[in-house]
Amino acid sequence: MGAEFVQLSLTPLLIGVLAAIACALPGNFLILRRQALIGDAISHVVLPGIVVAFLITGVVSTWPMLLGAAGAAIVAVIIIEAIKRIGRIEPGAAMGVTFTSLFAGGVLLLEQSDTSAVHLDVEHALYGNLESLIWLSAEGWSSLTDAAALADLPPELFRMAAAAGLIALLTLIFWRPLKLSTFDEGFASAVGIPTAAVSLGLVVVAAVAAVAAFDAVGSIIVIAMFICPPAAARLMTNRLEAQIAWSVAFATLSAVLGYVLAGYGPLWLGADNAVSAAGMIATVSGIILAFACLFAPHRARIGAPRGA
Amino acid sequence: MSSIFLNALVLQSGYNAALVALGAALLGIAAGSGGTFLFLRKRALVSDAVAHATLPGVGLAFMIMVAFGGDGRNLIGLLLGSAVTAGLGLLAVEWITRRTRLAEDAAIGAVLSVFFGVGIVFLTIIQSMSSGNQAGLEGFLLGSTAGMLFRDAVVIAVGGALAVAVVILLRRPMTLVAFDTEFAATAGINVRRMDLAMMGLVMAVTVIGLKLVGLILIVAMLIIPPVTARFWTERTDRVIWIGGAVGGVSGYLGAAISASAPNLPTGPIIVLVSFGLFVLSLLFAPRRGMLAALFRRRRFQLRVHRRQGLLALAHNEPIFDRLTLSVLSREGLIRQDQVPTEKGRAQAAKALRDEKRWAVARQLYADEAVEGRYDGLTPIETVLTWDEIAEIDRVIGPPTAILS
Repeated sequence: MGAEFVQLSLTPLLIGVLAAIACALPGNFLILRRQALIGDAISHVVLPGIVVAFLITGVVSTWPMLLGAAGAAIVAVIIIEAIKRIGRIEPGAAMGVTFTSLFAGGVLLLEQSDTSAVHLDVEHALYGNLESLIWLSAEGWSSLTDAAALADLPPELFRMAAAAGLIALLTLIFWRPLKLSTFDEGFASAVGIPTAAVSLGLVVVAAVAAVAAFDAVGSIIVIAMFICPPAAARLMTNRLEAQIAWSVAFATLSAVLGYVLAGYGPLWLGADNAVSAAGMIATVSGIILAFACLFAPHRARIGAPRGA
Repeated sequence: MSSIFLNALVLQSGYNAALVALGAALLGIAAGSGGTFLFLRKRALVSDAVAHATLPGVGLAFMIMVAFGGDGRNLIGLLLGSAVTAGLGLLAVEWITRRTRLAEDAAIGAVLSVFFGVGIVFLTIIQSMSSGNQAGLEGFLLGSTAGMLFRDAVVIAVGGALAVAVVILLRRPMTLVAFDTEFAATAGINVRRMDLAMMGLVMAVTVIGLKLVGLILIVAMLIIPPVTARFWTERTDRVIWIGGAVGGVSGYLGAAISASAPNLPTGPIIVLVSFGLFVLSLLFAPRRGMLAALFRRRRFQLRVHRRQGLLALAHNEPIFDRLTLSVLSREGLIRQDQVPTEKGRAQAAKALRDEKRWAVARQLYADEAVEGRYDGLTPIETVLTWDEIAEIDRVIGPPTAILS
């Protein structure tokens, strides 16, 4: 299966793992700050962003769309804040108003504009097309050292790797302020950490992760990976460092297991068509979280009665 | 186009379109009023988890119906299936928040993404199935009224009417629970059962709205109308009915607009209409709106300038601030050359005396609520009685005239 694996499965697998890690890293902090649903909101508003970018440029190309999506995410954050402050509305409801309206606007724009000639539709935005990111010119493991074949790797792989690397680097550089302001915002600002900038930065990083991953794998994996692996990791340990490690491990496991089960599972069961890899990855991450909720060592709230 | 829209608005553009518009209006009323309790309980986004959790149910129901030889597209069957998994999703959110240390937002996000993922797996299985006519199942994502049958529209209309009836019946206990669970419990209301009923209502609205609005946007019908209504009133019962009205109008208008031209999907249009109403309320609502807040701020600013200008006149100090000058001259308190008029001198004397009285009062009543009422604007007569003021006047002596 070597050659076929490298050609058809290696790159989607790698992209899936990188996307999962890129989302899980900021997800850890979002969970601890009780902002888990920011990821949900961002991944919805990505749609109007890319549609507007497409309408302006007229082509489906990467950079305008990434910029459009990132711009939409920032606009959404501003609108949410404005509704919260001006209308004195609770954050959950403000978020609900904003992302549904922006998503509705995106769908309407998409229906109104002529996108039949290009590959841009709501289904694609929701569950991506991980399976199609194959490495056509690979002929086996030896292609990994073949410059000509390497040049033909899907560009999504490089983009996802760059995004994941950037996010890991930023997490490392801003580790201390991030950790302090997440656990004790008052103390953090007392020692001179700009907490407002840190939380805005976190949202922007989450948006970068969402946008980069969205392009390759669709928004459903993005939401699942923002929340499920970090949530499961949260139940495994009381130390942030260990939690991040667990979340990366869970994210990788979900991506690999999900992809394999989606691609080969139905064959093992006798069916002849693969199922959606994005959906399967989300499912596996949910199963991991379910196990963590049932058996993880630190699953109970502190002070909760034993055996409850 | 406008005449087509008018036709749709007055239910003249075909029987089905009329039925869809009425169904959408009923659904909007049910969602807008039922969503109020969710919003007041600060759990608006739970509905998002419920809505996404319907997808696997739709897929499963389709597969089961096909396995038993049906065509798999019976709306009632699909809705029953979606209700089952929506209920499971709801239980999962409750279970995760109650039994683990994870917060509700994490539970909501986990449930919505995982259930949606499972649903997508089912959809891809259905796509590869040879039997059954799977066309239209994607319509549940974003809603579609194009291929809607008469009996589908009836299901939506009847379901919407039932949900409205439940809101009318349970509005009092639900309001109590939303505001003060402990009081509600002592008043003999079963809080847990009311919560379940509230969630049941949310689930019902979600399931009924699936075909029309789609599972991604149905939460908007539950969240936006109550948030909009909240701008117009401070009373719960009115939030419920205004929310219902906003929902109903958005549903009706949205369906009518969508029927008037091609490529106007019903769900997104309904959401955008209600968002439009929300933005109007945010800007123009009488007390909580943005414009009202700006006016309030401006009025306060003018009062401060007027008072400070009068005190400056009283102390014979020159005034440089443009705004202060224009406030004073507009009221005829100073002349063009900034010399105070008769009226201005009288007002200045009054302001000065008020300030002096306050200074004494704040010493006399240093530890009392009076101290907190001092903001440099409130006349002391509105806070103290005339006896108390006479007491103060004995300390500061008779009023002094302001000479220019």
